[in-house]
Amino acid sequence: MRSTSADVIVLGGGLTGLSLAAALGSAGVEVAVLEQEDWQELLSAPYDGRVTAIARGPQLFLDAIGAWRDMAGAAEPIRDIVVHEAGSPVRVCYEGREIDGKPLGWIVENRAIRRALFERVTRLPTVRLQSRAQVLAIEREATAATVTLAGGERLRGALLAVCEGRLSATRERLGIPARRFPYRQTAIVCTLAHEKPHRGLAIERFFPDGPFALLPMQGHRSSIVWALEQQRAEAVCLLEDAAFLAEVAERFGDHLGEIALEGPRWHYPLVLVMAERYTDHRVVLVGDTARGIHPIAGQGWNLALRDVAALAETLVDRLRLGLDPGDPLALATYESWRRFDSLVLVAVTDGINRLFANEQWWLGLVRNFGLLVVEQLPPLKRLFMRHAMGLLGELPRTMRGEPL
Amino acid sequence: MTADREEIARFEALAEEWWDPMGPMRPLHALNPVRLAWIRALACRHFGRDERQLRPLGGLAALDVGCGGGLLAEPLARLGALVVAIDPAAASIEVARRHAAEVGLAIDYRVATAADLADRGETFDLVCALEVIEHVDEPEALVADLARLTRRGGLLLLSTLNRTLASLLGGILAAEWLLGWLPPGTHDWRRFLRPSELARMLRTHGLQPVALTGVGWDAAHDRFVLVRQPSINYMLAAVRS
Ligand SMILES: Cc1cc2nc3c(=O)[nH]c(=O)nc-3n(C[C@H](O)[C@H](O)[C@H](O)COP(=O)(O)OP(=O)(O)OC[C@H]3O[C@@H](n4cnc5c(N)ncnc54)[C@H](O)[C@@H]3O)c2cc1C
Repeated sequence: MRSTSADVIVLGGGLTGLSLAAALGSAGVEVAVLEQEDWQELLSAPYDGRVTAIARGPQLFLDAIGAWRDMAGAAEPIRDIVVHEAGSPVRVCYEGREIDGKPLGWIVENRAIRRALFERVTRLPTVRLQSRAQVLAIEREATAATVTLAGGERLRGALLAVCEGRLSATRERLGIPARRFPYRQTAIVCTLAHEKPHRGLAIERFFPDGPFALLPMQGHRSSIVWALEQQRAEAVCLLEDAAFLAEVAERFGDHLGEIALEGPRWHYPLVLVMAERYTDHRVVLVGDTARGIHPIAGQGWNLALRDVAALAETLVDRLRLGLDPGDPLALATYESWRRFDSLVLVAVTDGINRLFANEQWWLGLVRNFGLLVVEQLPPLKRLFMRHAMGLLGELPRTMRGEPL
Repeated sequence: MTADREEIARFEALAEEWWDPMGPMRPLHALNPVRLAWIRALACRHFGRDERQLRPLGGLAALDVGCGGGLLAEPLARLGALVVAIDPAAASIEVARRHAAEVGLAIDYRVATAADLADRGETFDLVCALEVIEHVDEPEALVADLARLTRRGGLLLLSTLNRTLASLLGGILAAEWLLGWLPPGTHDWRRFLRPSELARMLRTHGLQPVALTGVGWDAAHDRFVLVRQPSINYMLAAVRS
């Protein structure tokens, strides 16, 4: 049967896998992307109803790999972010001008991101996309890994980049342990059309039964991400649209005027997944496969893009020196570069969620005090903001606005 | 014949372990990125190539003298060069051949010395002899052979250890005895050449030194870096006019 080779084999053509292929392909690296679903299906409207808040660093990266151009038209700038706890007078405002007057980030529909990445990747001559790919076996030798697909085709690469999302079958097949912590929460996601403009304001409000976020989209529209304890979520799911909208309005007030649902409501059960390690012989885990975090701070894909940017830089730098892109030194560079950053975000998002999802009265004091402290200390707040914007830590050069 | 039999035997013992970056050749693997970056930069400047390309040395005829298991030859081939790589140690060449076949690189490996090739009149655009000269009995004879192997307008790249107190302490005592990076007895300090001595030999044989850099250990980041002082390990580039 047919046998081909590439420098890097990307397993999973989701947002993470496609952006890795776009980054590597833009530097001329030979890449094969294997996606289990059909592209047309993935690009069609009903597949993913979410939006993603893209922070500044990741936006610079997307621009550097030539993918931003195609999604810029669909991106709505976030000018201000207000975070506060329901029923408490304390609030933290992240205003754009505190950094330098530029948007804090952008909201883009996942559908638009996927399409833009797909278009970018199909224009790159060294990237090969294969959909409906079913991995039957993976063999690893000293210098390469070989993937056998259903149909018999064999692909050999110096490195396998696993971008299969948090429930990755390949991670399991290779015996890389991952710990799972179910949040017993479900995220409800939907789009609202509203009467008044949102003025680029994103709102994050914490309720005892879970966080609620309102994200500005293009036009008079906003996206809702509402995490609820599972049973509550099921009850809310059963509500008629009108009753659902009433619940929603109760949670964020009436500053947007009349509201209506646009499109269906989506549901995502939430689980924290952390792989024990990000690398294995001839293998790297990238994005949600390495760690899938709580969507509370809108950081999941931003973190994934930091993986992608760090990995792409590591591999391209090695290939430009003629070095093997998948040897243990390359893996060690990636692992040590990414581990600390991930741990910080897992701890922060998990910590915030636990703090706010608890009903004990004294925690209320702690969290009000915590938010107050953040608000009262401008340098600390700027630090949080810079991290949320993805501009902190030892940044890959593409996240500082430089070419790969 | 400038290759010393005892030296050859010593490397043969290590041959099977060439390619484990965490194994006994760890220091060479650790040195490789900084060396390759320097070689690439000089070669691209000299031959007018673009450093950001994945195959910037495309089409250049390159020779790696004392190639060992192929740690330099393979990267040069990946960068596009047509590589001939020689070593008098047959076991190393065997390791190198097998490895290149495994990763799918076409490299012409031969059990030979620089003198063998020079006598046959072979010439190259780019000649590399890294960590070789300190292991031969007659360094000047090697330089003469390397000069014959370098085409007019071609580039010769050498790296070796300086004969300073620092290299005695840092290069031999630390690397061979304290840190256990290299087997004890790998180097003989008295054979080391100072950059000025090496430069003089190069000029005598029609090669013009064009660049000199030291290589140092950056303990904070756990990696080798280029440094101004060539006090321990240094690299020298020369052009055949
Ligand atoms: C409700 C919600 C809201 C969110 N909001 C934000 C936000 O505002 N900002 C943000 O940064 N992040 C957000 N995230 C996180 C973000 O969605 C994820 O981090 C991102 O989708 C991860 O992308 P991925 O490509 O790593 O994984 P996935 O999106 O899971 O993609 C994996 C891909 O791999 C394919 N695949 C899987 N297994 C195989 C296999 N064995 N063989 C071949 N292909 C395979 C799948 O078909 C899929 O295409 C949110 C998440 C949720 C649940």
